[in-house]
Amino acid sequence: MSRQRSLATAAGTVAGPHEGARAGGRSPLITALLISPAALFFIFLLILPLAVVVIYSFGERAPAGGYAPAFTFANYLNLPARGKAFLNTLTLAPLATLITAIVAYPMAYFLALKAPARWRLLLLALCIVPFWTSQLLRYYAWMMILGSRGIPSWLAAIGIEDLRIINTPSAVLIGAVYGFLPLMVPPIYVSLEKLDRRLIEAAADLGATPLSSFMQITLPMSLPGVATGSMLVFILLMGDYILPQFLGGGKVFFIGNALVDLFLQSRNWPFGAAVSVALVAIMFATIVVYMRFVLGLSGQRRVALV
Amino acid sequence: MTRKHWENRPISAKEFMRELRRLEKGSVSRRHFLAVTGLATATATLAGGMPWLKPRRAFAAGLSGTVNLTTWPNYHSQQNLDDFAAKTGVKVNMSVFGSNEEMLAKLQAGSTGWDVFVPTNYTISTYQQLGLIEPLELAKLPNYDAAAQDKRFTAEGTINGTVYAVPKDWGTTGYVINTKKVTQNPTSWKDFWELAQGPLSGRVMVHDYQLTTIGNALKQFGYSFNSNDEKELGDAEKLLIAVKPHLFGINSDYQPSMRNGDAWMSVCWTGDATQLHRDLPEMQYVIGREGGEIWTDYYAVPKGAPNREAAYALIDYLLTPDINAKEVKAHGYPSTDQRANALLPKETLENPILYPAKELLSNLEFGAAQTLTNPLRAEIMARFKAA
Repeated sequence: MSRQRSLATAAGTVAGPHEGARAGGRSPLITALLISPAALFFIFLLILPLAVVVIYSFGERAPAGGYAPAFTFANYLNLPARGKAFLNTLTLAPLATLITAIVAYPMAYFLALKAPARWRLLLLALCIVPFWTSQLLRYYAWMMILGSRGIPSWLAAIGIEDLRIINTPSAVLIGAVYGFLPLMVPPIYVSLEKLDRRLIEAAADLGATPLSSFMQITLPMSLPGVATGSMLVFILLMGDYILPQFLGGGKVFFIGNALVDLFLQSRNWPFGAAVSVALVAIMFATIVVYMRFVLGLSGQRRVALV
Repeated sequence: MTRKHWENRPISAKEFMRELRRLEKGSVSRRHFLAVTGLATATATLAGGMPWLKPRRAFAAGLSGTVNLTTWPNYHSQQNLDDFAAKTGVKVNMSVFGSNEEMLAKLQAGSTGWDVFVPTNYTISTYQQLGLIEPLELAKLPNYDAAAQDKRFTAEGTINGTVYAVPKDWGTTGYVINTKKVTQNPTSWKDFWELAQGPLSGRVMVHDYQLTTIGNALKQFGYSFNSNDEKELGDAEKLLIAVKPHLFGINSDYQPSMRNGDAWMSVCWTGDATQLHRDLPEMQYVIGREGGEIWTDYYAVPKGAPNREAAYALIDYLLTPDINAKEVKAHGYPSTDQRANALLPKETLENPILYPAKELLSNLEFGAAQTLTNPLRAEIMARFKAA
């Protein structure tokens, strides 16, 4: 009792001078203090580095590699030299995102609507278990599974001979679905779980078949979750280079791989910076278009990420 | 000094206690006690196992702290580094890198704190031009003997008569074949590229490294490994693009794929071939008849090395012939130093992977600085990978 009271008094003393400000919200000072960690984080770790990348992208490659100050558009004009890498990434990343969403949706649906309530959290947590092992280890494991002594040798036993999976775009797709599924399931799960089930009951009462009530109610209302999950997966895939390097064996060339080569092998930093800026621009444009499209479908204008 | 007959006989517990009492009472000297109980021998034996208790060598005078060694993975005998620490009191702090380009980038950025690093031949002139390495004071390397080295190796570390780097070991870039699968007995780069597009389609790997991949494609046409000629590079690019759909992978980490049987032939460095052959005797190493690459890694001291004296002491130590021979046993690359080679077992010296026939070596070329930094080569490699 006395302990609680003294705490209350202490709190009152501290809050005292700001009592007046409370009616109209917190004092600007407190607000500034509260957002300053995030603001400093974004200024120093996002905006400043991005500014450096933009400045470098107008520079020239120093004779021994690296950056030499200059002002030229040559790096941007040279972007078509990496056109194939952009094309590969812009084909495989959306495709992998789509497949991941298609695989993840029934899983999330089952978890949110069909699984017994007391199992739900445990099952959801199990989706994340693969993250407990290092990504590199898991990709090395997939190299073995997809290598000629893995799945192809089992398929050979049932008559499908000479199937090559590892070091093909298919291997990258399989790896992407495996690797990014745990990011796709939770957002869809959350949006399905929030779903007001009375709507489905009402639809059934009004004579809707399960399929039409799914198409007209469940799917549109869960699209924000699909959109969030897709964005998470798509953004990470666009910049990925380990996955194509490991499961694509260097034969599946993503923008991420082009960037690694430009910064670490040929050491053409300014061109690498220009490619990075182009990648950021393409991602930004894709995301804006995609979100508008998906949210338009779901009839909602705004959605919080995650 | 003659040995007393009881010195080698173990002492009983009872006798030990009696001697201890005698020592306590002062009736015998401590020396007598240690000798008669065997403790003197024991101490000497233990001290032998703890070399830091031994008196230090003259060159160790005045050394302290740590020495930062920047090198490649699996490239030193840990025992040697520990012994160096024991002898000099200077702890060796080792960090490893994946490519020369990363090393260069790091040194260019400055403040590395490196004392000794291990650059490859074709980067030394770049380091020298950028003023990143210092001329070596050979007087501080009494165990280095240029006369025991092949001129080919020392020349790459010497710029305008000044020694900037001393050779450590060397190797070649050829290709490894799994002879259980590859029965065509290839001997040249022409064979390599033809097999890759024919019977070995889908089973061949090349490095994810323009220097060796483009260089060995150039050899198909008999051009120099180091060619920077646009027409010749164009021919190499055409060959690479034609081979691309037949390749199993473009990856410098080719050991896993060779070991599990996915790949049957791969461009390969000496050390990987040694390791593959040691575990799987069917793995054989081929140096293309037309030539290809020979390379050497060096010890060099960056400008502004924080523990310069210890850096020289470490290089000198590692170049001591018997220590260097132990290094070779650990990393599996041939030493450049004939004195160290003389101390190696016969089977090492007769291993054709490590010490290829002289006539094969004469066609090999050292990679040049310009070969590594040529932007056109980088673009060709990018087009090849994206194709």
